[in-house]
Formats: sequence, structure tokens, C-alpha cells
Amino acid sequence: MTERVSPAACRVESQRKDSRLRRNWAKLRRNKAAVFGGILLVIYLFTALLAPVIFPGSPSAPNLIQSLEPPTAKNLLGTDELGRSILGRIIYGSRISLLIAVGVVSVGLLVGVPLGLISGYYRGKVDFGIQRATDAMLAFPGFLLALALVAVLGVGLKNTVISIGISMVPIYIRLVRGCVLSVREEVYVEAARAVGTRDLGILFRHILPNVMVPITVQTSLAMGTAILFAAGLGFLGVGVQPPTPEWGAMLGSGRVYLFNAPHVATFPGIAIFLAVLSFNLLGDGLRDALDPRFKL
Amino acid sequence: MLNYVIKRLLSTVPVLIGISLLLFFMLRMLPGDPAQVLAGQMAPPEEIETIRKQLGLDRPIYIQYASFLSRLARFDLGRSARTQNPVTEEIWARLPNTMLLAVVAITLACLFGIPAGIISAVRPYTWMDYLVTSSALFGISMPVFWLGLMLVIVFSIMLKWLPAGGTGSWQHVVLPSVTLAAFVVAFIARMTRSTMMEVLSQDYTTTARSKGLKEQVVVIKHAFRNALIPIITVVGLQFGLLLGGAVLTETVFAWPGLGRLIVDSILARDYPVIQGVILIFGLLYILVNLVVDVIYAFVDPRIRYD
Repeated sequence: MTERVSPAACRVESQRKDSRLRRNWAKLRRNKAAVFGGILLVIYLFTALLAPVIFPGSPSAPNLIQSLEPPTAKNLLGTDELGRSILGRIIYGSRISLLIAVGVVSVGLLVGVPLGLISGYYRGKVDFGIQRATDAMLAFPGFLLALALVAVLGVGLKNTVISIGISMVPIYIRLVRGCVLSVREEVYVEAARAVGTRDLGILFRHILPNVMVPITVQTSLAMGTAILFAAGLGFLGVGVQPPTPEWGAMLGSGRVYLFNAPHVATFPGIAIFLAVLSFNLLGDGLRDALDPRFKL
Repeated sequence: MLNYVIKRLLSTVPVLIGISLLLFFMLRMLPGDPAQVLAGQMAPPEEIETIRKQLGLDRPIYIQYASFLSRLARFDLGRSARTQNPVTEEIWARLPNTMLLAVVAITLACLFGIPAGIISAVRPYTWMDYLVTSSALFGISMPVFWLGLMLVIVFSIMLKWLPAGGTGSWQHVVLPSVTLAAFVVAFIARMTRSTMMEVLSQDYTTTARSKGLKEQVVVIKHAFRNALIPIITVVGLQFGLLLGGAVLTETVFAWPGLGRLIVDSILARDYPVIQGVILIFGLLYILVNLVVDVIYAFVDPRIRYD
């Protein structure tokens, strides 16, 4: 599920910023798959932001008279076991999945990036300590680590975000550290050190901007992974709890009605797939556009 | 060779210590008394007292950790709060089921993923390449549990060819292992493609071609053999992914494996079993990657001398 970005991608700082941006943007636009991913992502973001406009009314209010109805003109994607519109719940579910994706990468970035910067810049004992802790965390596959953390923290939206976020931390640490190790040897870092710039200034003003490319690509891919992990936890019943319209939990409850109402489990899965696909396509496109080793 | 294996074995020690610390602090991070947590909500006071003595909760934390390690070394993981059976018994009863699923799935994934990656690399930017790369991207983006449910709808409900869940015959293995394989085949195909493309652009491949060797010989004997190391690595790493996927797949197909056991235990707050399954998953993952590292030393003798 989790893809990693090559640390070598961070050696991209020599040309002028605006011309480079323009060239990268042109490269990204030439990549049809990335453009398709971008369009999907825009639709997804608009659905999440405008959910109450697109689907007025509550997505969680039950209406037992129309339970497990197949797709009709009135309920385009049918209804679930409590008679709630599946389309409505998918629309509102996009808000939850977006919230989780943003929350998860925020935890990963806020914890992983500073630790990666420190580990790569200072090296020595600090690096050794951080790297061994990272090794132990990476000994658990991401989803299992998130599951183990949920077992400790408990179920719910907040704990889902924290658990998956923590499982992303070691990936950011490794990525940023790898980049910092090569960037810290560059002449401009040495020059900054020579004129007496403090470590914090060097780290955040000179090194961080130069490792932003792989971080950006990783963040796009990590958002897709976060949605998949959260849906997995929801499906198992240990993620976001009902009646919150979460895609994975919707699939989980639809599993029971697979024989008589297969639509309940089908449509939320398509929503998860499209959202994750949009981030993966865009992430792949960004990597191709920003990584100079790759020529389109 | 032996030196290499010993060195590699020693390098797993810090990771093992990390896992033990994670398991040790897992219980202590929970609100309430760890002895009560381990014994379960309904446990009688005497049992809680016995567990408290066993854990040495009144003693300093480093002594508690040392006794925890000694119990781990003896595979004494306590008793399940739900069934009162020893945790090791619960795990051994389900481990073969998960291993069966994982081995069949990884074999299927290699059988499909590696040839697909090779074809894609040999004919880049053709319809075959686009088919493989887009299918791989779809595979990576698809929730494994949803794919499992869709397979049940098609093959069990509509066509009635295969059972929707349970164990007992080879038919029961088909859908769960295909679901799990689909999950990792995409990664294997992508990795094989990119490695093969790199190898195919190397000078020795050009030399092999200019010698007038057949394309099949160039691809299989010269290129594929050199691409094998990254492919083996990715197969090893995918094993971890497979364990994560097994949790979801086993739930979809009511497959009585470790994945199902950990989910049931989390829902019932049965912490001794949760700890045990996490430990086994961690050990399995380390073991598989250790075996992978030893395999490369066989495949590529240069690694032994590094």
C-alpha cells in the first residue's frame, strides 16, 4: 500500500525557480494520467466541500420503510439497511475521508519531517537513536502498525487519524533523512555554516526547501494510502464508528447484505477506489515531472 | 557465507528489542491497571492478583521489562481473556491457515506479476505496457476487501462456482488467495517493469544483442537474471503487505487465520492475544526478510563481500 519516493529526487536545485516551475507544470500537463488524476481529485474536493449543497438533508437519518432498496431514479445508488441514501452517505463520506487524509499526512509531516531533518543533519548518536526506533516501527507493515495502535488508543475518528499518522512517520523520517544526507554536503549549506547561520536556520531555510520535492510526492501518495488504511479500519469495525458516513464502515455493514442487496457494498468501494486512484495518479505524475532523472 | 548470515542475524537484534519495547509499553499506555486489562473485565480478583504477581507490577520498570523479555523468550504469552486458553495455543491453531493463504497468494502474485512486468518492460509504451501499468495502478488503488466482496458477488452468488467463505477444501482457498494476490501483484509487476527497463538499457544487454543472441535469451538469461535482486527484495517486502492484507481478506472470507484472530481480539479488548499476534506478525516479517537477504547472498556473491 505504501509507496516510497526516492531520496535522490531531492537533488533538484540549480535552475531559476520560475522557469523550473513553468517547465514542471508543462511536464505535468503533458502527462494524461496525471491530468485525469487531477480532474478526479478536483471532483472529489468539490464533493467534499459542497456536500450539503449537493445532498441537502441528513445522510444519517434512518428511513426503515425504504431499507435495502436497489438503485432507482429517486435513490440513484439505492439505500442501505436503515433506508439511508447510499449516494448521500458517499457524498458526506468524502468529507470524512478527506479529513482523515489531511489529518494523517499532517501527523506524518509534523512528526516525521523534523525528526528526519535532525537525524540526517546531526548524525551521530541522535541519528542512531532515531534510526533504530524507525527500524522497529518499520518492522511492522504500515496497516498492522495502525491496527496495533488502534488497539491501544481505541476506535473513533481522532484515534484513526493518530494511528495511521504514526504509521506514516517512519516513512517520512527515512525519506527526509536520506535527502538531508546528500543536501548537507552541498556548497550552499557549507557557505551558510561558514557565515555563522544557526543550525535551526540552516535546517529550515536552506535544507528544508531543497527536500520539498520528494516530500510533496510522498504526501500525495500518502493521502491515497491514508484513505485506504482508514477504510480498512472502518471495514473491520475498529475505525470511524457509525452513524458517521465513513466509506470503509459502509462497506463493512454492506457485507452482511451481500446476497440480497449487493449494491450496498459495491458503491462505497468504487468511491474509495476513485479517491485513492486520484492521489496515486497525481503522485506518480508529480514524481515524473519533478524528478529530473525521469524524462517524459 | 556463514559470517554474512551471522552478521545479518545480529542486525535483527535492535529490531527485536524495538518490538519487545512496543509490546511492553502497549499495555502500560492503556488506561487502568495492566493486570486487569490482561485478565479481562470479567476476571475474578484472585486471577488479577496472580497476573499482577507474574508481571511484577510492584517492582521497578526495568525489572518488569526483564521479566517480560524472559517470558517472551519462553513464548509464554499468557492466557486469552476471552477463551482462557493459552495465547500460544490460539496462535498455533490459526498460524497454518494464514501461512497457507500467504504462500498461495505470493506464489500467484509472482506467477502473474513477474511475467507481466517483463512483457511491459520489453515492449515499453505499447498497448501491452499500458495495459500492465494501468492494471497495476488500479490494483494499488483498489481496497482489497472490496475486491474480495466483488469476487464473492460474481463467483459465489451469481455463478455459484466457489464458496463465499470458510475452509475445508481447495475451493475455499481460491477466492481469498486471489484477493490477497491481487493486492501485491501490482507492486511486483511495477517493480519488475522498472528494474527490467533499467537492466535492458545497460551496456551488457547491448553487447548481448550485438553478439546476435536471440531476444528471448537476452531478456531471460542476461537481463532478468540481473534484475532478480530488486525483484526478490520487493517480494520479501510485499510479504509484510500481505500480512496486513490478510487481516482484511480473512475478515471478508471468514477465514480462521491470525488476521481474523487479531480483529476479534481488538473488538473484545483481549490484550494478551493482541500482543501475541502482533509479536508473531513482527517475527514473521523479520524472518522473511532475513531469508530474502540470505537468498541474495546466494544469487549474487558480491553481496557477501560488501
